[in-house]
Amino acid sequence: MKPAFRRVWGLLYRHLALYRRSWPRLLELAYWPVLQMCIWGFTARFLAQRIAAAPGGSIHAAALAGAALLGGVLLWEVALRSQMGVAIAFMEEIWSRNLGHVFVSPLRPWELVGALLGVSLARMLAGVLPAIGVAYLLYAFNLFALGPVVVLFFANLMMMGWAVALGVISLILRHGAGAEALAWSVLFGLTPFAAVFYPVAVLPAPMRALAFMVPASHVFEGMRAALISGVTRWDQLGLAFGLNLVWIAAATALFAYQFREARRRGALLGIGE
Amino acid sequence: MNAIDVAGLTKRYGSILAVDGLAFSVPMGATLGLLGGNGAGKTTTIAMLLGLLIPTAGSIQVLGHDMASDRFAALQRMNFSSPYVSLPARLTVAENLRIYGHLYDVPRLEHRIGALAAELDLTELLGRPAGQLSAGQKTRVALAKALINRPEVLLLDEPTASLDPDTGDWVRTWLERYRAESGCTILLASHNMAEVERLCDDVLMLKQGRIVDRGSPTALLGRYGRDDLEEVFLDIARDRRAARAEAAT
Repeated sequence: MKPAFRRVWGLLYRHLALYRRSWPRLLELAYWPVLQMCIWGFTARFLAQRIAAAPGGSIHAAALAGAALLGGVLLWEVALRSQMGVAIAFMEEIWSRNLGHVFVSPLRPWELVGALLGVSLARMLAGVLPAIGVAYLLYAFNLFALGPVVVLFFANLMMMGWAVALGVISLILRHGAGAEALAWSVLFGLTPFAAVFYPVAVLPAPMRALAFMVPASHVFEGMRAALISGVTRWDQLGLAFGLNLVWIAAATALFAYQFREARRRGALLGIGE
Repeated sequence: MNAIDVAGLTKRYGSILAVDGLAFSVPMGATLGLLGGNGAGKTTTIAMLLGLLIPTAGSIQVLGHDMASDRFAALQRMNFSSPYVSLPARLTVAENLRIYGHLYDVPRLEHRIGALAAELDLTELLGRPAGQLSAGQKTRVALAKALINRPEVLLLDEPTASLDPDTGDWVRTWLERYRAESGCTILLASHNMAEVERLCDDVLMLKQGRIVDRGSPTALLGRYGRDDLEEVFLDIARDRRAARAEAAT
């Protein structure tokens, strides 16, 4: 194995060993996505029943509304879990007061980021796959029925989550433990602009402009198009991908700057205090 | 070639000058002690030597590598131990050593872990979570981590802090033997004067970020007319040497 890959594996192994030894951590990975799915699943079922029972309502329209809601919940969890996966893996090093050893090893900052992304991918799959299973078993909703395009939805939402996570880590490097709370909350703040449960068209004009800049909004427009019309909106996927590249480039530049500043200010010595 | 070459090393935080123009060299295989009170600049100097902190001015060469432009090549051949930096407490000793073995790209890692465990009397502890160990056991694990890559330069920040005298002596004896066998260069920051006297070939006395005196423990004792380094340390910390000279005149 090349030394760079081995260093990345070293940090991945650190987190895998941690999860293997801590059932509360394992449970936490799936707990929230499954709970969300249960709550939104019953909500979707209720709404679908009301739509189907309304004058002029059809079972087909009701099923689509329910599916759009469940698809939104599941896919938004992909972005949330990806972002939290990176940020929490980084904070695990702070909580264990281990960063001093990590940063004086030959591990390059980009190898650290690579390892954090690997941990995030594993955490996301461990959280979202059970929720997808629950959606199928309890509500007969199969996300994968959308076809291979689901993989592209996943990839774009993961990229957005990772970009936000790099921004959060940059803030932790800058402001220390005071910025940790952002790891849990920052992506929720983008939910109104991500068009998870409604089309961008229902937003007021100024919010629409902001929503356009959010990669997830294009993913969810694409998801609804795939659900309702059965078409793949390559234009929306292209926009999401392009925006993600811009977000990741900006987040990478911010991380590189803050990492260097942290080394200059001595923040790596007492991070988390 | 020197293992460490430091020139004009300065670190300023705003108006505070933490390290002020340090210049020193450590020959290959030697042990240098950094002595000084709290806030003298020892930890800041070690952080800069490890690339954890960017100096405001000056240069550091470790094993011929410039720490400003080529620090990863140097870090591959160095290691560090401090009781103030922990290892993940929930992971076992073996898992912790495995992580750092991968980070340092150690060949035949399991064999290396087994050998270190045997040397440092850790074999029985390999399956125990690091957080459940006593202070002495944690120090031995920290040493095993610091030696996992067979470092040519080892930086130790108060390696025997908070250890009982017996365990502290065990660590010092072990370090002496290790240095003799491996030829490793050691930079040791400590508040334990007996430890510095026993282990170090050369000592830098730091005060307010500056080197105020240097020399071998024997030379310092002779220069200050003292029987132990603790008295020398107090002379420097309290400016007693000047006061004594004044009183003599």
